[in-house]
Amino acid sequence: MTATAERPQTTIFRRPSSTTGFWSWITTVDHKKIGIMYGYAAFVFFILGGVEALLLRIQLAQANAEFLTAGAYNALFTMHGTTMIFLFVMPVGAAFMNYLLPLLIGARDVAFPRLNALSWWIFLFGGIFLYSTFIFGTSAPPVGIDGVGGNLPAGGGPGTFNFLADSPNGGWFGYQPNAGPFYSAGTAMDYWALGLQILGLASLISSINFIVTILNMRAKGMRLLRMPVFVWMSTVVAFLLLFSLPIIAVALFMVMFDRQFGSLFFQPVGGGDPVLWQHLFWLFGHPEVYVLILPAMGIVSEVLPVFSRKPLFGYSAIVFAGAAIGFLGFGVWAHHMLASGITPVAQAAFGLATMTIAIPTGIKIFNWIGTMWMGRIQLKTPMLFAIGFIAMFTIGGLSGVIHSIVPSDWQQTDTYFIVAHLHYVLFGGSIFGIFAGMYYWFPKLTGRVMNDKLGKLHFWLMLIGFNLTFAPMHWLGLQGMIRRTWKYAPESGLEPWNVAVTIGAFIIALSIAVFMFNWYNSRRRGEASGLDPWDARTIEWMSPNPTPEYNFAVPPVVIRLDHFWHLKYDQDEDGRAVPKADKDEILAQIEDEQLNPVVPIQLPNPTYFPIVMALGIPIVFYGIIYHTTLWGKALIVIGVIISLAALIGWGMEPLEEPHEESESDAEIATVGGEEAGIAEGAGEDADV
Amino acid sequence: MMPSRMGRFRQRFSRLVALIGALLLLGACSLIGIEDAPLTTFDPAGPFAEQIDGLFWPVFWIAVVVFILVQGAILVAIFLFRDREGAKEAKQLHGSPKLEVLWTVVPALILAVIAVPTTAAVFELTGCDSDAMVIEVIGHQWWFEYHYPDAGIDTANVMVVPAGKEICAKMTSEDVIHNFWIPALNGKRYLVPGQTTLLRLQADEPGEFSGACAEFCGLSHSLMRARVVALDQADYDAWVADQQKGATLPAEGSDVYDGYQVFLSKGCTQCHTARFDDESASQIVAEGAFGGPDLTHFASRGTFAGATLPEEGETREVALKRWLANPPNVKPGSFMPNLALTEQEIDSLIAWLESNT
Repeated sequence: MTATAERPQTTIFRRPSSTTGFWSWITTVDHKKIGIMYGYAAFVFFILGGVEALLLRIQLAQANAEFLTAGAYNALFTMHGTTMIFLFVMPVGAAFMNYLLPLLIGARDVAFPRLNALSWWIFLFGGIFLYSTFIFGTSAPPVGIDGVGGNLPAGGGPGTFNFLADSPNGGWFGYQPNAGPFYSAGTAMDYWALGLQILGLASLISSINFIVTILNMRAKGMRLLRMPVFVWMSTVVAFLLLFSLPIIAVALFMVMFDRQFGSLFFQPVGGGDPVLWQHLFWLFGHPEVYVLILPAMGIVSEVLPVFSRKPLFGYSAIVFAGAAIGFLGFGVWAHHMLASGITPVAQAAFGLATMTIAIPTGIKIFNWIGTMWMGRIQLKTPMLFAIGFIAMFTIGGLSGVIHSIVPSDWQQTDTYFIVAHLHYVLFGGSIFGIFAGMYYWFPKLTGRVMNDKLGKLHFWLMLIGFNLTFAPMHWLGLQGMIRRTWKYAPESGLEPWNVAVTIGAFIIALSIAVFMFNWYNSRRRGEASGLDPWDARTIEWMSPNPTPEYNFAVPPVVIRLDHFWHLKYDQDEDGRAVPKADKDEILAQIEDEQLNPVVPIQLPNPTYFPIVMALGIPIVFYGIIYHTTLWGKALIVIGVIISLAALIGWGMEPLEEPHEESESDAEIATVGGEEAGIAEGAGEDADV
Repeated sequence: MMPSRMGRFRQRFSRLVALIGALLLLGACSLIGIEDAPLTTFDPAGPFAEQIDGLFWPVFWIAVVVFILVQGAILVAIFLFRDREGAKEAKQLHGSPKLEVLWTVVPALILAVIAVPTTAAVFELTGCDSDAMVIEVIGHQWWFEYHYPDAGIDTANVMVVPAGKEICAKMTSEDVIHNFWIPALNGKRYLVPGQTTLLRLQADEPGEFSGACAEFCGLSHSLMRARVVALDQADYDAWVADQQKGATLPAEGSDVYDGYQVFLSKGCTQCHTARFDDESASQIVAEGAFGGPDLTHFASRGTFAGATLPEEGETREVALKRWLANPPNVKPGSFMPNLALTEQEIDSLIAWLESNT
């Protein structure tokens, strides 16, 4: 193997080779390391978004409070929404997909490992770019219609934390013309628009990567309808991203041109149409909702059968319902704008289309309950979160049906009723599902199980805190509390429930602290998991814990749905599961086989180029924001040069260094294996 | 064996009952504080809000039934099928086509039933009757302007309407998108710059109805509120006649006159206007003035500063002092700047403003 250390003539710099330590993470192309980095980065943003939410809740705990200035409040709710959607739920979904998709389909990596690293680094730099607005961003009072500016008193008005006002404050939805050049002057909203553009690029790249991976790299015998539901939901998500991200990319470029170069696409003073922005935004934004929830639905569909010790009820119905939600998700965008004055025909059509979404969603919920029914339910932490998901998501779904009653939505839109609805879907849904997945797959990361007692404490605190926070919001909304309101009057009668909501928010924060302690502690002192801590059903558990770098020494050959379960269990004449007599030996044999590859396994080599290429992008975008200055123009040039140089380097560097040699007869002889297939890299698995 | 199992059953059962009881208690708590919410959607005062209310409740109760069925099924499943000592392995059921059809078709039918009145209501509630009285609503950062084209009245913050008569609000915006909402009279409708949207309003009885701008419209979005006052026809006619008159030019030497001079000399007329019956005063407004509220009948309106002042428990005078001393401090981003008026000037200005009944 000495040949592998030699530098091939094609590369310019020495190729990185560390497999541990800081540089191994910087240069990795391993889907697991990338997934872990996605997860940790997303969690950091989750904490930031959570702190933002707590500040908002302190302000709202009292009528007419002056804890935050109006500017700081507006900035915090803008960044809370933007962070939780684009910097937490989306990337944490990407974390799960990165880590799990190859394992769930029995592959050694994704189809394009370096592209995967690229999308991760673009995401990270995009997030940092967006958050750098807190340092560099500026905002200003609106410029009036006749160029007479609005006024701010010294200090930005009553309240504290006014320094936060210099960050994006046009709402996460960026409605024009309020978020346009005349009413959100300053650079903060540029950071927002361009930051989202960068993040969208990351998601677009990974969506293509995942689609290719799922379609081409499944283990032998894993037909489409033998794929775990999480893989199916990831497929739907990837297609949703693929088709919806170009829309928001175009819309954000139009905003950029409006703000930077005076194009006025959305500004009525130039004949532009502000409602067009809403159509484009929600044409992306509604599929985005399903991008956020479908991975959690996939996770729950994995967890429920394992802890009910039964197959998923109605597997194909759940799969097709997920795909149906994806299709319908493109046809309901205008229900976000039923009050915008669109014609009654459009309102009725979008209202009815919205109702139809309830049907596949209902199918999923009923099938999940069907999975639990007649099962042997083990209430371990992942299962509690999965059940919590069904219960809370149902509430969000039901309030969603109420919105499809168009005239009813005219009363409820832009009130806290919607805030309650969307948090029941995205927190009660997505985040409960995400925590179910974190507890469930933790052993794959660490070889240990998270503490169940602390996990249960986390669950109950979060369930109580969540409902105390968001259930009263239904009521507040129906009592007329409008959204995005910095102050409400004492005589509005809204104060008592706002106090309850704020207490609930802090209980949620406490529950997250419990989770973080548990995670930290269990990594070191958690009980060893062994191969199969949950008596699981799917093939990712045939790979040892923690997952070895190569995933599977022997890629499994799948002969049916829940392949791993059927290796362990038979059925008696009643159809009840009966453990095979030699179950323990089977497990031991699998572990032994997977831990000890017969021949060394060749994986894609680390590389510097994805991170370098990603680094150029935010530099270009900084340059665009300051393009009127000389150094701004210089930044654009520098950024383009960095990315182009990395692109060239990337193009000239092979995916796997010794790959060429391993294909030659001589190399196979040196690794000493007849089973050349096993020694092949990830790229070849598709052929199996 | 048997008693202990029964005991455990009872323990679990009582826990379930306690849980359901706690949930019901929480639900009952939510009914506290129903009254005294002026923006509540549960107190419709006209036919349009009533029609919406009539749509909401049946769907709400259907949702409650589904809620109870689903949450109940989850609780029962946990209760019945929880892994206990000696429990048998589960039957490995993969699904049931019959059930799939059932829980596809039944929700579809329920939705189809809901869809019919919904669609009908959408068409009934959009657009205006041709004989409805037109009031133009113009959104500004951060106040609503009301223009009565037939009567030639221009007012702000408070929309006065005749009770029992349909109003057709023709709405647009001067700057950003706003959202006009009077919960007791109808749902919301955007005010979009460069476009005209319609909203039907009607109050059956005389009364006062609170509202707000519901769409985020910039820094002081939360301080952009609205009020509708419905009067019976006679009172409304009197109000119209009154509003059509100009203000009285104050006599020289009085405190009111000093206030009028402050209005003229301190730059208020850059944005605000006041109409006077006296011909000699009609030219006081600068040409192309930036549009602030018309002050001709300022004192006739129960509220000012985007219908946010005076606050509860505050006199008009105190609120006006606070507002005039530093408007952007009350309403961040306000287009009315701090004019650094002296206390004396503020007092005079208040005297003049309050004389404009």
